[in-house]
Amino acid sequence: MSFQATKELEAEVDELVTHYPVKRAASLMVLHAIQEKFGWISREAVLWTAKKLELPPINIQEILTFYPMLRQEPMGKYQIKVCRTLSCALGGAYELREHLCKKFGLDAHAHGAQTTSDGKFTVEFVECLASCGTAPVMMCNDDFYEGVSHAKADEIVGKCK
Amino acid sequence: MAQEYKLILKYADEPGYTPDIECYLRHGGYADLKKALAIAPKDLADGKKLSPQEQIREDVKISGLRGRGGAGFSCGLKWSFVDRKSGKPIYLICNADESEPGTFKDRQIMYKDPHQLIEGMAISCFANDVHLAYIYIRGEMVDGAKILNEALKEARAKNFLGKNICGGGYDLEMHVHRGAGAYICGEETGLIESLEGKRPYPRIKPPYFPAILGLWMCPTIVNNVETLCNVKHIVAMGGAAFAKLGTPNNTGTRIVSLSGHVKKPGYYEIETGKATIGELINDPKFGGGLRDGRKLKAVIPGGSSAKVFKAGEKFKLKKKDAEGKEILVETDMLDLPYDFDSLAAAGSMSGSSAIIVMDDSTDIVEALANLSEFYAHESCGQCTPCREGALWMSKTLHRLTHGEGRAADADYLVKIADNIPGGRTICAFGEACSWPVQSFVAKFKDEFVAKGAADEARHAKQVAAPVETKELAAAHH
Repeated sequence: MSFQATKELEAEVDELVTHYPVKRAASLMVLHAIQEKFGWISREAVLWTAKKLELPPINIQEILTFYPMLRQEPMGKYQIKVCRTLSCALGGAYELREHLCKKFGLDAHAHGAQTTSDGKFTVEFVECLASCGTAPVMMCNDDFYEGVSHAKADEIVGKCK
Repeated sequence: MAQEYKLILKYADEPGYTPDIECYLRHGGYADLKKALAIAPKDLADGKKLSPQEQIREDVKISGLRGRGGAGFSCGLKWSFVDRKSGKPIYLICNADESEPGTFKDRQIMYKDPHQLIEGMAISCFANDVHLAYIYIRGEMVDGAKILNEALKEARAKNFLGKNICGGGYDLEMHVHRGAGAYICGEETGLIESLEGKRPYPRIKPPYFPAILGLWMCPTIVNNVETLCNVKHIVAMGGAAFAKLGTPNNTGTRIVSLSGHVKKPGYYEIETGKATIGELINDPKFGGGLRDGRKLKAVIPGGSSAKVFKAGEKFKLKKKDAEGKEILVETDMLDLPYDFDSLAAAGSMSGSSAIIVMDDSTDIVEALANLSEFYAHESCGQCTPCREGALWMSKTLHRLTHGEGRAADADYLVKIADNIPGGRTICAFGEACSWPVQSFVAKFKDEFVAKGAADEARHAKQVAAPVETKELAAAHH
């Protein structure tokens, strides 16, 4: 299901709104909450959020299309984000991404996020993840990994069921 | 000899030190907040009274504390700009959107010692009559946001936040706000727009100085994580004692993030200016030198936006001789004291105090291409020179690193870079994306030219022998 306003979500949003004197300010946190539950932010989710925060839908749509972390379509069950920026690149980030792409049968030179045909894995490059001293680093969903050798990457991926 | 000096990271890496409030309290936590709340008004010689808040603000000025986020602006001066007569609420935002490539210091504080940040913020809020504050943390730090939220909950339960804090009659609430992967949110007015729930397009100054027209058009203070932690220590030891740490005009400590081609990358807290770049890279207490058999090629001294230093580069720095006369001393890049002023005098900056080291295995054109791709991706797109310029530079560098370069690309890159900053853009991102290009090309021009020339020569040969072209094209795919 791409979106359904559950009681739990309603309660979370009602709480978030109390953090700000202006409702609109809660929009990014509300989109985070939705994405956490549904994996991406559908049109219905945009419309629901706009109504909830008493905004025209464009105010939600414009931030959805700006922030790289927000997803406008379903992604893999396990989303792997490999840091691309200089310190990680010096530490082997490009080789790490290539290793993962080959492992999953994805194009190692394609631009942007790629998802395996079974929908299990998404691999993408992201910009600096602020852990340059332990390069290369990556995230698998919300979990953060440092000093990721190819063997360590295989181990992390192996635990994704 | 240069030493580590742990002020902010005093406990963070101690075995058994945990981020919960009980551990923090066992280590003397929140004593400085209590101390701040108990300050009595001070009688001045002219009969006027100095409020507790004014006393803390004065002490922060005396401490010489400069912003740890990148610009190195005086914290006391920043606070003095706040419009306190507008009748509107004053807000404080902690800029925890740590995303300048090379930087990973705030991460250490927030993940390991979150209450230190909360205490520093609470004192700063008290000193500025703030009753609602936010921690804007980058979206990718998912665990960091959880740790901070848990810490806020603990602090509320112990009445270090909320109504009538510690019985001192002061109310303060604080919330965590998560970003979502956009570097521009580290720019303070972009951050404010983002917190308001909009696209993080930086605001034009004037008139939108945060101290006057910030969050919801109210006076707002935006300070970096490390800066706010320092305020706690200023209250603890007094501004004058804090000012004795480090070197004149470069007071206190700095947490240096060291990455790239060194044996021991990591974060090292030093008294500002009491270690040189060379010591930070080579001393066994710090980076431990380059990998075996490698030579130094380049150093980015203050996060990816800082202008690069070339190995062996020399600068003329002003120093005072034995009689106090100002003289110019030739200083090698490695002998530059790691502080705000020396690096500025050498034409770069200590920025977010992140050193990226590159040895002689580094393809310098590739390195710049990597950084330019970052800036092309992160330009918010609001101002044409930055949006188009950052992309052109990245595209030009892409062709230079993919066998399609031209000898003239080096000059072309500089021409683009020169036309982005200098008041043509709303925010300093224009400068940030131009400085690496200007400095890399200026200092390593022969490598850029050689790469482009080699591509041109090969292409010329291909035109003469068309069959080969197909083979080469096939080889590229």
